[in-house]
Amino acid sequence: MREGYAAVMPANAYNWVAVWRRNFLAWRKVALASVLGNLADPMTNLFGLGFGLGVIVGLIDGTSYIAFLAGGMVATSAMTAATFETMYAAFARMRAQRTWEAILCTQLTLGDIVLGELAWAATKSVLAGTAIALVAATMGYAAWASILYSIPAIAITGFVFASLAMIVVSLAPSYDYFVFYQTLVVTPMVFLCGAVFPVSQMPSAFQRVAGLLPLSHSVDLIRPLMLGLPAGGIGLHIGALCIYAVLPFFLSIALFRRRLMR
Amino acid sequence: MSTVAIDLSCVRKSYGDKIVVDGLSLAVASGECFGLLGPNGAGKSTIARMVLGMVAPDAGKMTVLGEPVPARARLARARIGVVPQFDNLELEFTVRENLLVFGRYFNMSAREVEAVVPALLEFARLESKADARVAELSGGMKRRLTLARALINDPHLLVMDEPTTGLDPHARHLIWERLRLLLARGKTILLTTHFMEEAERLCDRLCVLEAGRKIAEGEPRALIDEQIGCQVIEIYGGDPHELSSLIRPNARHIEVSGETLFCYAPDPEEVLVQLRGRAGLRLLQRPANLEDVFLRLTGREMES
Repeated sequence: MREGYAAVMPANAYNWVAVWRRNFLAWRKVALASVLGNLADPMTNLFGLGFGLGVIVGLIDGTSYIAFLAGGMVATSAMTAATFETMYAAFARMRAQRTWEAILCTQLTLGDIVLGELAWAATKSVLAGTAIALVAATMGYAAWASILYSIPAIAITGFVFASLAMIVVSLAPSYDYFVFYQTLVVTPMVFLCGAVFPVSQMPSAFQRVAGLLPLSHSVDLIRPLMLGLPAGGIGLHIGALCIYAVLPFFLSIALFRRRLMR
Repeated sequence: MSTVAIDLSCVRKSYGDKIVVDGLSLAVASGECFGLLGPNGAGKSTIARMVLGMVAPDAGKMTVLGEPVPARARLARARIGVVPQFDNLELEFTVRENLLVFGRYFNMSAREVEAVVPALLEFARLESKADARVAELSGGMKRRLTLARALINDPHLLVMDEPTTGLDPHARHLIWERLRLLLARGKTILLTTHFMEEAERLCDRLCVLEAGRKIAEGEPRALIDEQIGCQVIEIYGGDPHELSSLIRPNARHIEVSGETLFCYAPDPEEVLVQLRGRAGLRLLQRPANLEDVFLRLTGREMES
């Protein structure tokens, strides 16, 4: 049995690239629509909430509300981009489009496919997150150089949420089940993890829960970087995000093996 | 290269209470076309997926192209081409892009793929369609592209699961002709089918499966001679039971399936004389085929 799981893990360090390039080619054909679709929602939130609520809220920790919100929106859009790419697009490639089935007939393994899908979802996170950071910088709400530093943090956020969504994909019988993950896990995280208001506003029990959630670690990494503030506990945040990326990755491969190779 | 391409020994697989493959042993020699023949649900596709390492057997040993499967199936798959039962081409990509993307899955560079694409397109008779989107191709063209795609890594072994199911006769004959060309080039083919004609035309040897068990194995002609060995008269219309008692003295064997009576007769003229003049009967005399073998072995027709 252990041998069976070993055979489906990533075969080497580069096989996944072929899967990433397949997705990139497909994306290139619809790139414009895809970019606009990915950006519209976080931009609306950023400016709608930023300007609207900003007037009422005033300064938070010494910065304007919209500058505070920018870091949260970058992390949130990285989360949603990776989550949706994995839940809907990767699920379609696994099921209706039979893309995975075709790839499994080649020398790639299930692990290579999952890794390629995660890398692709993280790429889309970087596109979405960086675009918002660029807009924020253009408007003067973030330092230009900070964008460069925040890209790795955005990428790892993408890996984390793609990895978590992979578990949902490996278990979901159909698209209809994704809405539970979206409304019960993803959306509450936006409010619990300090993306739109400081975690310190919540009761301490909530704060402790928030400290365990992956989006908190992303926000706590990305926001100080964008605001040019010293960030505390970088090692802890990166470590927590790595655990959230790696464990679901292996778990989802094992679940996919049960689902697809029986 | 070992001369045995696929070696299955006492392979068993069940899903819950349902036994899908029941202690199957078979060996496919390098360079031959081996058919897995049987009705839907006989276990053909499961066996094909096992050979590729996509289904782990509950018991038994499997070796494919010298590699133990499923443990080292990946290394075997590097030298296998697969034509799946259902097309899984990239519909939004062009024919050329499909081949490029698939070549990358075998770690081929763009240059390496480009070097083999013209020959593959010619083989698949798709030269004029290189830059057409796959969604625009006909069913037969898609199947031929799937075949070309399966050849991109210059495989030693081809695994084909119902390669011509759903094609019109013309498209089917074109695929058969292409497959014979591949056999002439020394490729090994494992073919699953429920088409008797396909098996008879292509397979050097075949194995007839029912409910996951092997019920016969051999060369198609030899199986037919061994199991039937005479002409067949199909009789439609009339009461099968009354007719069968009438012709029994001249029949070696009689099978009734639905409304049709199959009479296996060493001397078909004797039977025809007996039936002459009876109203409402339609008679067809023909040589025996694999369909008869299956009916003889199972008491049922393959298409059900």
